[in-house]
Formats: sequence, structure tokens, C-alpha cells
Amino acid sequence: MERADYERLRWRCIRRALLELDITLTRFLDGGEFEKLTDEERLAFVELADMEDYDLWDLLTGKAEIDDPRLAHMVALIRKS
Amino acid sequence: MSIPVLKFDAVIVGAGGAGLRSAIQLSEAGLKTAVLSKVFPTRSHTVAAQGGVAASLGNSEEDHWTWHMYDTVKGSDWLGDQDAIEFMCKKANEVVVELEHYGMPFDRTDDGKIYQRPFGGHMSNFGEKPVRRSCAAADRTGHAMLHAMYQRNVKANTQFFVEWMALDLIRDEEGHVLGVTAMEMETGQIVIFHARATIFATGGAGRIFYSSTNAFINTGDGLGMAARAGIPLEDMEFWQFHPTGVAGAGVLITEGVRGEGGILRNSSKERFMERYAPNAKDLASRDVVSRAMATEIKEGRGCGVNKDYVLLDITHLDPATIMKRLPGIHEIGLQFAGVDCLKEPLPVVPTCHYQMGGIPTHYSGRVVMPKGGDMSSIVPGFYAGGECACASVHGANRLGTNSLLDLLVFGKSAGDSAVEDLKAGRAHRELPKDVADKTLARISALDNRKGGANVHETRLAMQRTMQDHAGVFRFGDMLKQGVEKILEVEKAARNLEIKDKSMAWNTARTEALEMENLIEVAKATMISAEARKESRGAHVRDDAPDTAEFPNGRNDKEWLKHTLFSPVDNSITYKPVNMQPLTVEAVALKTRSY
Ligand SMILES: Cc1cc2nc3c(=O)[nH]c(=O)nc-3n(C[C@H](O)[C@H](O)[C@H](O)COP(=O)(O)OP(=O)(O)OC[C@H]3O[C@@H](n4cnc5c(N)ncnc54)[C@H](O)[C@@H]3O)c2cc1C
Repeated sequence: MERADYERLRWRCIRRALLELDITLTRFLDGGEFEKLTDEERLAFVELADMEDYDLWDLLTGKAEIDDPRLAHMVALIRKS
Repeated sequence: MSIPVLKFDAVIVGAGGAGLRSAIQLSEAGLKTAVLSKVFPTRSHTVAAQGGVAASLGNSEEDHWTWHMYDTVKGSDWLGDQDAIEFMCKKANEVVVELEHYGMPFDRTDDGKIYQRPFGGHMSNFGEKPVRRSCAAADRTGHAMLHAMYQRNVKANTQFFVEWMALDLIRDEEGHVLGVTAMEMETGQIVIFHARATIFATGGAGRIFYSSTNAFINTGDGLGMAARAGIPLEDMEFWQFHPTGVAGAGVLITEGVRGEGGILRNSSKERFMERYAPNAKDLASRDVVSRAMATEIKEGRGCGVNKDYVLLDITHLDPATIMKRLPGIHEIGLQFAGVDCLKEPLPVVPTCHYQMGGIPTHYSGRVVMPKGGDMSSIVPGFYAGGECACASVHGANRLGTNSLLDLLVFGKSAGDSAVEDLKAGRAHRELPKDVADKTLARISALDNRKGGANVHETRLAMQRTMQDHAGVFRFGDMLKQGVEKILEVEKAARNLEIKDKSMAWNTARTEALEMENLIEVAKATMISAEARKESRGAHVRDDAPDTAEFPNGRNDKEWLKHTLFSPVDNSITYKPVNMQPLTVEAVALKTRSY
């Protein structure tokens, strides 16, 4: 991933509407978890990060169901971090 | 270097509730309006507001705006300006109904009216008993509000500049405000927004504290920009601590939990609020509850290994009611406290939540500051609304659900005033020759400095200092030390170094620029808090205790006045509180008790 693309992604993760997501996503990125991801996992992460805050929060807390196994896998990784 | 200039009738910094509400007034009046935001509008922090917005609609039981006004004055511990408070409470029904027309999906009663629930400090008949005044959209009130207003702005052709950060206010020699300098994050390019009217709606600065319910974006940029342009900050010693942040994380547990019947308990499971507020109990206003919790903890009745938190118990409520009315709470407990709140109580501590002070404004949304003998002289071309502004309606303490109301009412009135001033003929004034020099100098200093301070460490030092020295309970000697410490941190904050020098998406630079704003707010807070030698509302000093002469430690003879902190020389002046409402009788001074 290009530096600028990563930094844009980082900005969109560390400045959320909800503190809950700031904490969770900053922990994931700045804890070095993103670097360990495969290209396909990274795409899934970007897809999640693009979501509206409550929608993402609902996925991360299991309140909403996820059909897409790629996203489900990514959610599991974030929850574990 | 030549810097691009973009010309607008109005530039609004901030796309949260206040900014979007202002923009509707300007764009619908046919004015060319730019709105800048660090994030996509519907990612503004207003989204986090879950509880609701206050309006005395009287849908569930009898209510009246004069009762709401009384509660707000009392909540403010009489520091709120009564003209502004009357203006806000009277306008509440109008702005809430407007929002309904914009498509806001409010909860409904069975007969189709807006459902209203009770909320701390809101009472009927001048303080008699709790009243249902809060209008909500499930627990997503702020989110629904922003979406409704964003759509309305799109229709009205408001021009959005998303992921742009405003850096400095442009003021000419006569003190007129002419716009802002800003940075496009994608390119790092600096641009001048030249406007006939400039409106700040940049939200709060709760990240100056270590334990905060505020999202990371709340770095007080509007206050920093105003301070750097020589505009004083009002009543910055007053910060509301939310009683119920999840111990350790700061994540908020909405007051609606207590509205629906949640009970605070200490280590012996006692419902301790009965001792502190016999009538309102767990629904007393926030600072009363925070102080009670802090006292329980201080006196050794806290829970856990370190006895450093208390419990919020909803295990007696019907799980179906919890899941229906308070759907987010269960997950928050699981995720940030590791607790299933249906079965076990939640660990909570008082956590910084809301900034009562800010950029001084008149209730028309026009920014005011001392000039000559006039303590409230208008700064031409400059307006502010929402959490960054101080009208002042919240005074020494805000009532829950009054800030969403504040941003609707004062966002709208700032917009209306700007429209009025522009229609009266206010023109674009010539930009000063050195218009962007200060901004460029700041950026270049960051880019070129070697051996400077680390941003993350400096922020942490500031947050610890604020938490330890100017928290929910304040001590004279700690405040004195706090002033010295924060001035030390300021030196570091003026000497930041960043490793990344890239232009595009340089988040290190952005965070450093935010830090330069945070420190202005932290300094104003500490110095204003040290100077105010009484207890009032959310500012509670150990050396200004509750006595017969000064109930609750409040000293109206000496301290019934607004603080104005001047960032130019760190000095303080005071201006009188406006005790005269617009049309009704004043709410007379009284001891504040619930
Ligand atoms: C967790 C939580 C729950 C709350 N619940 C309630 C509630 O139930 N009821 C209630 O009345 N109040 C509540 N509040 C308070 C209320 O939500 C806020 O006071 C209010 O939303 C602030 O709105 P605003 O428009 O002033 O600012 P925000 O919504 O914070 O918007 C600020 C805007 O300014 C932009 N911005 C900032 N700096 C810059 C810059 N330098 N350049 C460009 N753009 C910039 C941001 O991008 C953003 O768009 C709550 C607060 C919190 C933290």
C-alpha cells in the first residue's frame, strides 16, 4: 500500500465520530496489526473503515449480522486486537 | 509563494450540528457558502449524542418554556446569561419541529407525537419534579440529526470541503474577520478562504483531559484559532464531567440509563444518591452526581481492587426494556468493561464530557470581546455556535440535552445574523498583505525543527496535568502547581518536531497542528480555574466549601461574573452576568439544590 493511501486510511480510523471506534481502530493500526494483513484482508479492513460509525460498531459488537465471510474474518481480527 | 484564494459569501468551519444548521440558513438565503470539515460531515462528533434534545413540547405531560428556562438558569448555577437562556428555551419547540420537517425520525408516542423522556435536571413547575422533555431518535439522536441536516444542505447547494483543516483566523488591523487559512489534507496545500462572514462551529476540546468521553477529534481548533487571533476565551474553568464514563476507557454510558431507572451504588451496594439529592436522587444534575461519586470514592466506598470506581446498576430493569430503549449499553459494557449489564452492575467514574466555556458570543451568534469600555463589542464578520461558543446558556454547568438544543438554536441564529449582516451590505474586505504568514511560519517550523518535542508525549503530559490538577474536584495548591506545569507543557507544545515531512496526508503534521490548539485551551482552563476562588456549578474547589455564608461554596458577591482569559498575555478580566431576561422576570439568585 502506498504511504499516502495508508495515511489517509489512518486518518479515517483515528478521527471517527465515536470514541469507541477511535480506541478500537487506533489500537489495531498503531499496534502494528494492519502490517501483518494480507492484501485481501487489507481490502476488507478498508471496506469496514469506510462504513458509517454505528454500522461498523454494530458489526464489531455482534449486534448486526455479517454475511460476507471476508468481513466477518476481519471483524474477528479487530475484536481480538 | 502565491497562495490560492477561494472567495465565498460565508465560510463555516465545522460540519457538526452547529455548522450544518448555520449552513442551511445561509445557503437557503442564496448565499455562496463553504463548509470545511476535518472529517466527512456525518462523522462529526454530534453523531455520538445519544440522549436527546430538550424542548418543552409538552407531548407527554404539561410543560412550559419558562420551566425549562428556570431549570437552565439553575443548572448554570446562575452564571448563564438570562437573555440568552430565554432566547434558547423559547426557540426550542420551533427548531425541533423544523428538524422534524427536515426528516428527523423522532421516536413517537402511540398517538403519533414526538416521544419525550425525562433527563437529569429537567423539572416541571420551577423545580418541583422531573418532567419528560427530551426528544430522541432511539439512541441515535445526534446521528439522525446530522443526516437530516446534511441532506437539507446538499439540496441547498452548500459547498463542502471535506478533510480540510482550518488553521488560522484571518483578521485585519481593524479587527474585522475575513476568513481562514486552511490545509487540504490530501495535498498538504494551504489555501485562503476569503469570506464576508466567518462562522466557527468546531465543537469541543475535551481531549485536553486524560479521561474523556470525547472522540479524538475534539481538539479545540476553533478556540486555538480564536486565541491566536487575540480573541479572549470565556469561562474556560467550567468543564462538565459526565458521571458515568466506563472506568478505564472514558466511553460514555448515557444519562438515559438513569432516566430509565438505573441506580448508582457504592461498595456496600447502597443507593448513595438518596443522601446527596433526596428528591431527584439518581436524576440530579451531572455535577451533583459527579461530586457525590467522587466523594464516595474519596471516602473509601469505591469498588474494585483500588476502590476507584462506583457501580451503575440496571439489573433490576426488564431486559426487554433495556434492549429496546437503551440498545447500545449492553455492548459497551461487554466491550470496554467486560461486564454483562443485564446481570452485573457497570463500573463507572466521572469523566470529562462537555466544555461550557468558549468563544464569547451574543445570543445572536455574533462573537463579542472587550474593546474600549465595552466588554461585549462585536467582532465584525465573526460568528460562532455550538460547543466551541459561549453564549452563555450553560454558565457553570450544562443540563443534559441542552447542547443539541444549543447547536440548533445558536447555529441557526449565527446563520441568520450572518445573512442579516451580509444583506445589510457587508462586503469582502481587502486581505492583509501578510495574510498567511503566521500559518506558513507554523508549518515551516514544524517541518524544519530538529530536536523538538514529541507530539504524543506532549499531549499525554498535558492530559495528565489537566486531569490531576483541574479535574472534577479542585484544590488551591494543586491548581497553582498546575499553572506552572501547564506553562512548561506549553513550551514543549511550541517546540514540536515531526519526522514525516510529506505533503500528502501527513497525519503527523495534522496531529501536531491540533496539539497547538489543545494547549491554548488547556492553558486557558488551568489559569481561569486557579483564578476563580469560589465553587460554582462544575467548578468545585476544596477550599471553597459549603458554609452558611456561602452555600455550596458559591460567592455571588465576588464571583457572579464571567471569566475572560486573554491569550495575548495570559491575563484575566471579568464581565458581568446578564441577569435580565428578554421578556419575563429574572430567575432570582437562590442556592442550587436538587
Ligand atoms: C458521547 C457524547 C454524548 C452526548 N450526548 C448528548 C445528548 O444526548 N444531548 C445533548 O444535547 N448533547 C450531547 N452531547 C454533547 C453534544 O453532542 C455536543 O456538544 C455537540 O454535538 C457539539 O456539536 P458541534 O456542532 O458544536 O460540534 P461537532 O459535532 O463536534 O462538530 C465539529 C465540527 O468541526 C469540524 N472541525 C473542527 N476543527 C476543525 C478544523 N480545524 N478545520 C475544519 N473543520 C474542523 C469537525 O470536523 C466537525 O465537523 C454529547 C457529547 C458526547 C461526547
